[in-house]
Amino acid sequence: MSENKQVWVFIEQREGKPAEVSFELLSKGRKLAESLQGELKAVVIGHEMQSLAQETFRYGATEVLLADHPELEHYNTLPYSRILSELVNRHQPRIVLFGGTFIGRDLAPRVASHTKSGLTADCTDLQIADVTYLRKDYPQLLLQIRPAFGGNIIATIICPDSPVQMATVREGVMEKVPVTQPVDGRITPVPYTPDAADQLVRIIERHHEESKVNLKAAPIIVSGGYGMGNFQNFQILHELAHLIGGEVAGTRAAVDAGFIDHARQVGQTGVTVRPKLYIACGISGAIQHRAGMQDASKIIAINCDAEAPIFGVCHYGIVGDVMEVIPLLINAYKHKLK
Amino acid sequence: MSYHSIVMVKQVPDTANISGQVMRPDGTVNRSKLPTIFNPEDKVALELALQFRDRYGGTVRAVTMGPLKASDLLRDCLYMGADEAILVSDRKFAGADTLATSYVLSEALRKLAPYDIIFAGRQAIDGDTAQVGPQTAQKLGLPQITYAEAILQAEGSTITVKRKVDNGFEILEATLPLLITVIKDAATPRPFRAKRVMAYKNALSLLELEKMTETNSLLYIDQLKEEYLAKGLFIPTLTADDLDVDSDRCGLKGSPTKVHKIDSVVLGGSEHESIPATKDGMYALIDKLMEDHIFG
Repeated sequence: MSENKQVWVFIEQREGKPAEVSFELLSKGRKLAESLQGELKAVVIGHEMQSLAQETFRYGATEVLLADHPELEHYNTLPYSRILSELVNRHQPRIVLFGGTFIGRDLAPRVASHTKSGLTADCTDLQIADVTYLRKDYPQLLLQIRPAFGGNIIATIICPDSPVQMATVREGVMEKVPVTQPVDGRITPVPYTPDAADQLVRIIERHHEESKVNLKAAPIIVSGGYGMGNFQNFQILHELAHLIGGEVAGTRAAVDAGFIDHARQVGQTGVTVRPKLYIACGISGAIQHRAGMQDASKIIAINCDAEAPIFGVCHYGIVGDVMEVIPLLINAYKHKLK
Repeated sequence: MSYHSIVMVKQVPDTANISGQVMRPDGTVNRSKLPTIFNPEDKVALELALQFRDRYGGTVRAVTMGPLKASDLLRDCLYMGADEAILVSDRKFAGADTLATSYVLSEALRKLAPYDIIFAGRQAIDGDTAQVGPQTAQKLGLPQITYAEAILQAEGSTITVKRKVDNGFEILEATLPLLITVIKDAATPRPFRAKRVMAYKNALSLLELEKMTETNSLLYIDQLKEEYLAKGLFIPTLTADDLDVDSDRCGLKGSPTKVHKIDSVVLGGSEHESIPATKDGMYALIDKLMEDHIFG
């Protein structure tokens, strides 16, 4: 049974660089493994990945399953999912975690389908607990917690009869915490034999830019919702952010309305942030959004609806029209601090 | 060369427009009170398939798994220009998670073969999982391209697709058959064609015809079906009996993920400090933020 207490994290790499979210998941996975009294393992797929594999030991992985081959340099659905599916079938880990990125969301469902495992997308919390489900006792299940149904409810999902439980988690949701003393872990090579079927989809061109946006590191975030009204109005948030040295972000509704780019979306299906100051402008405060910002040290909410849920999580609340309040705020700041 | 496409579509609750009536006092959702819409990215997927047909010729079929009410969605597909729309429906399919859904859909697609491309929206707004597309591809043994932004060209059995990735995009070349999931920016869905609305507004699915016979003892289902088929107004329906499905892999039974607990969202007390929306209010706010060591 000890084999079945493993917690695996798929380590995502682009251009040979690990994704932040993978280390965040290792940090969370370590806690889950402790609860299970099991082992934390990392799965690394790529080319010349030795040093990246070593890095996972700093986050508590005790073993790396490493598939290293020139043809695996860039993520490609078919070979990656084949390797991971075979590993999962062979070792039957109890839990497998993926980042909720383009790669993770392409790969995880494919592997879950192949191994007939339960998979829950965009979890905002993961816990281990003994569960009674339909009068049967299940020890040490993974509780996969996420907002659902337009944010009106929070659902706890379980996979009682699935040997392998899988989840994806967005960047920033879990905190990255290195271990004090790196683990003296081992690297186990996973053989890869190229297969003609792996080349049914071929990468012809790749255009990757370093992300210009790093919301997670921003001390101040000025964020707008659908209540900003239109793209034109939204621009005042850039002015405010520029003045006070912050980054601009938005809710999903603002992204869907085209006010701002998805890379700057805060919330369950965007990034989770913990800035010193978060200014929520024209944001009603759906739970998916609150999940991504409620841990900010200070939150200012500006909304014309005094009943908006955002006022339930803010420290300073201003009931008023954003297009009147923000210019007042800009003037007050200039007067006091410039 | 012309191509045969199938588009997987879904009718979803309009989660952006949830009103008070929809939430029961215990915090559970009263689905019957929810207005339903065409899942936005599925509509884009249908548009992309139609554009592809306009360019290269061939056929576009739409398929959905859902209850009788989902027939509305299929009529919408016909209004937009789909050549045929197919309902996959059975009580056994109810309560399915993404794994069980993809199982039933993949079995339905096997029945609908041959096809060159299966299109689907990236994700549905009621769950945002983006899982059914890749899981269906896996079950059919098909390669997949997710997050497709544009189809650049098709030549013989090779298709070139632009897809979005974290911080950029990729150009991929793939060998057909293939499953593609489509993001919102890929196309703007065309409006319904008035002519097609007139032509198909009376199209009915098998389930709807059965319902007619329940309320009118003079009607016989086989006869009705023949009649609608002859008029070109029959929406084919595939049930569990029509597909060679293992009922243990369908619906709630075939779903490894279960809802253990649902908590209604309880809002924290509003213990915040109210700042008046005035010039003085903003001055006071700046002072407070300086005291908090955020400014200054």
